Formats: sequence, C-alpha cells, structure tokens
Amino acid sequence: MPAESQPAIAVSRLSKSFGAVRAVAGVDFTVGAGELFGFLGPNGAGKTTIINLLTGLARPDAGTIRVGDIDCTARPRAAQHLLGVVPDESNLYPELSGFDNLCFCAALYGLGKKERQTRAEELLAAFELSGAAARKFAGYSKGMKRRLTIAAGIIHRPAILFLDEPTTGIDVASARRLRQLIAQLNQDGTTIFLTTHYIEEAERLCRRIAFIVEGRIVGCDTVANLLEPEREKYGLLVVCSEGMPAQPGLRNLQDKLAAAFPDLAFTIPAPEQLRVEAAAPIRVAPLVRFLEEAGIEVAEARRLRPTLEDVFVKITGLGREIMGREKEKRGNGG
Amino acid sequence: MKLWIAFWNILGKDLRTYYLKPPNLSWGLIFPLAWGGMFFIKSGSGLGSIAELLPGVVAVSILFGTTSMLAVTVTFEKKNRSFERLLLAPIPFELLMLAKTSGAICFGMLNALVPVLMAALLTDLAGVNWSVFTAAIFLIAVSSTFLGLLIAVAVSEIFEAQTLSNFFRFPMMFLCGLFFPIALLPVPLQAISWLLPLTYGADLLHGTVHGSHRLPLALNLTILALFCLALFTLSLHQIRRRWIA
Repeated sequence: MPAESQPAIAVSRLSKSFGAVRAVAGVDFTVGAGELFGFLGPNGAGKTTIINLLTGLARPDAGTIRVGDIDCTARPRAAQHLLGVVPDESNLYPELSGFDNLCFCAALYGLGKKERQTRAEELLAAFELSGAAARKFAGYSKGMKRRLTIAAGIIHRPAILFLDEPTTGIDVASARRLRQLIAQLNQDGTTIFLTTHYIEEAERLCRRIAFIVEGRIVGCDTVANLLEPEREKYGLLVVCSEGMPAQPGLRNLQDKLAAAFPDLAFTIPAPEQLRVEAAAPIRVAPLVRFLEEAGIEVAEARRLRPTLEDVFVKITGLGREIMGREKEKRGNGG
Repeated sequence: MKLWIAFWNILGKDLRTYYLKPPNLSWGLIFPLAWGGMFFIKSGSGLGSIAELLPGVVAVSILFGTTSMLAVTVTFEKKNRSFERLLLAPIPFELLMLAKTSGAICFGMLNALVPVLMAALLTDLAGVNWSVFTAAIFLIAVSSTFLGLLIAVAVSEIFEAQTLSNFFRFPMMFLCGLFFPIALLPVPLQAISWLLPLTYGADLLHGTVHGSHRLPLALNLTILALFCLALFTLSLHQIRRRWIA
C-alpha cells in the first residue's frame, strides 16, 4: 500500500509504439493515494495501452512507472498484488458460475478457501448479484457481467483499481448503479484510475482529469480548475422549432449571423439548434428577432453552463461530435 | 502470498472446466483404442504383438491428448481475454505457466493409462520397468504439452491451433519410431527424427516394455528432460515477446 505522502502512481516520459503507430508518446502524470483520477479521450487515444503498461500487461519502450515505492519499469510484475484491473470487456470465465468466478479470482491472489468464499458472498450481495450467484457467467446480462467483473477486480481489496471504460455498452440504469459503486469504492479508500470517453461520467466522478489525444496528455488538472476559464464565458442554446434551413443554407445562416453579431460565436450542434458563445452577457431579444425575421421560429433559448465538454473541445481541438460518435458506436451507458 | 493456492486453483479449474469433461474423456478413451486396434489388426500376429504396439499407442495417445487440449484452451482463453487475469495475478510467471500446463500434463498421463490397462488385460506386462515407464510417460506428456504451448503462442484462432498442431503431430507419428523403426526410414528423415523429442520418449518406452531401444535409457531420459526445459523456456520467451510486449 503506498504511503499517504507519495503518489499511488507516478509516470514519467512513458512511450509505447506498435510498429509505426505511436500509441503513447512521452506521457507524464501522477495519481495521488485515494484519488479518483480520470483519463478521458476518444477511442484509440491510448487509454487502454496506458492501463496495460501500468499493470504489467505491456512493456514500455521508454519512460518510468512507479506504483507506490515500487519501480515497475525494472520489475513490471512487482506491484501486481496492489492492483485490481477491470478491463474494457468483461473477461471472466463463461463456464464458471458468478460465485466460482469470484472464488477463482480470489485464489489467484492467495486467499484461503474460507476467506474467498466469504468475500465472494459479500461482493455478490454488494453488487446485487446474490440471486445469480449459481448461474454461469455466460448467461449474465451485460450489466450483470460488468458488475461481476468489477467485483472480481476488487476481490483481493487492491489499493489501486484500474477501471477501463466501466459503463460502456450497458443500459442507463446499470451505468448509474455502477457509478454509485465506483464512488463508494473511492470513498472507502481505493485509489481509482478510470478511463472513459463519457465526459459527463468523468466530470461527475473524478477529482482530477487528464485529456488524452493520440497518445499525448493535452491537459491535466482538477475538474474545478479545468472549468474555471470557461466560467468567464457566456453561452446560449437556441432551440428552433421551424424554419431552420437544410445543410447548404445552414452555412449561409451562420455567415449572416456572424456579420450581424460580430461579438458572438455561432455553432450548429444539431439541425434545429444554434449554440452561441461570447465573452460578455448575451442579449437574447435582438438574436431572436433576427432569427424570426429570417423565417426561423424560436422555441426556446436557454443559458448554457460551462461543462467539461467545452473544456475538452477547447483543449483537444476535437469537435464536439467526436465523443458523441463514440457513445453511439459503443452503446449508451450514459 | 500463498503461491500454492493460486497454483492448485488454476490446475483444478482447468481440470474441471476443460479436461475432465465427458467429450474429452471419451476422446481420451476412444483415440488410444482406435489406434491400438488398428495396429493390432494390421500386425496380424495376435496377442504377442501387443507388447511391441504398446509404446507407440501410449506415445501417440499422450501426444494427441496434450497438444490438442493445451493449444485449444490457451488460445480460447487468450481470445476471450480471460488469460489476462492470470497474467495480472501476483504469481511468478514461470509458476503461472506451470500451473496452466499441469492440467494438460495430467490429462496426457491419464490418456496413457488407457492402452496400458487394456494391454495388461491381454498380455503379460510383468517385465516392464514401471519406474522408467512412468518417468517416460511423464516426460513425454511434459514435452508434448510444452509443444502445445508453443503452438498456442504462435496462433490467434482456435482452428489455427488445431491445424498447426497437426502439422507437427502427424509427421511425428511416423518419424519418431512409434510404430516403424527409425532405422527403416531414409537417412535424411532419420536425421529429422533425432531432432524430435518424441523419438527419445518412444525409445524409452520400447526399452522398458520389450527391451528394444537404440540409446541408453538414462541418456534418453536426460535428452527428453532437456527438450522439456528448452521447449518451456522457448514458450515463456515467446509469450513475453508476443503477449506482454
């Protein structure tokens, strides 16, 4: 268990390539003991590769990794008793029951028979899976599989838990329940390293977040500090019910708006929506009047609070749609 | 950390979930019976030929049992990523792979018992040196298992594991002196024979069962043990290079 004063994980100049592809490019970060640290980035950004490097499933080309006071660069498997890993796909044994899976995972960490049975029962109850304890893992639903996989990851009470996309591909209710469990684990003292492409999830759960794009960390700070510059901005979302032009006309509308309101920045996130940003408070009436004169009926105009998504877009330079597309591809989970 | 708990549980789980399943047990029974029966009928020399056939049938039973099962189970676990759980466990890598291969070794040795029991019912095996025979079947099972492990590391799909296993196994059946003396093979093939571990295992079995062996038994045991060590070391090297790269 890492001492309170030193970081649970310290990574310096970490690099990893697969052939010509540079998956991780000189990454530096630390995770404090007891912290819930988020790693946010689109698919293929290098999140899973970094987890593999930290947990000894892959070897770095360069850089150093320390887990507590253990130098994992020199001894990649030396810290494994401290780590719990929940991979992005549920990878328990399909032919074993939920109970047997947990007992087997506990045995891998040297827990005696009685202890592993007690611990398995405890976790099945905590994750609301007691009723399915005797059922084979292959017959579990996706949400149940994710819950059991997390239970397996903490069966040996690890000091540090790696959660790779824990809520991907599961329904909204299961995702919410999982987030509660993750928050509870962290409150109980487990250091958590969470990778996700759900911005809201990271914002809700994590104290600090690193943005990763193409193997590089492009921003890393507390959620409050990341949001701070955005608080000085003003945003408005205008929802139109009728009259919004189709694609070629949209560009034209945007140009006209820019010419009429040079202090405002306009984007069109969805066909019926207009997003407005400015450095000063936005006067709604002239804008609505302009739109209505252009034959567009405004249904609603609401003030936008700064979100981590705004920060992500600003820091990474990626479009808002990138993370949205990831969500659609991989199931809702939100 | 009690390493033996992890070791026994990996072995126990593999035996329960893969090896001691009815289809595998029936394979372990039917395969040696079919091979034994085929060569027994082909020899046409009655019960007297059983002692000469036994070493070949024992060796082929172990070879097929171990290589098939290990290559398939490891490839299956690698594909569904449950193998990662083992790699993440705080167990020395060598011990982990020994635990993972022990199930196949046990299965191979159980397979060897079937033709031995059949032969014991049909002929007199009183002259067999059982301690050397047991050491031989153990080392054949170990070397065949590690060959299966090497195959598992080289492939990513289960059907590839089967295909690649057959690429090695079928030639070995004919090149290693199981049923035909190596001396009857063309000289270039004889050279290949002596590069294969099963040749030394088969020579050991022939020596212990009916006294007809080409190399001293101690030398056969030593060479076979060295093959086991080399195949295990090579497999571990390949796993580190390909799976933990």
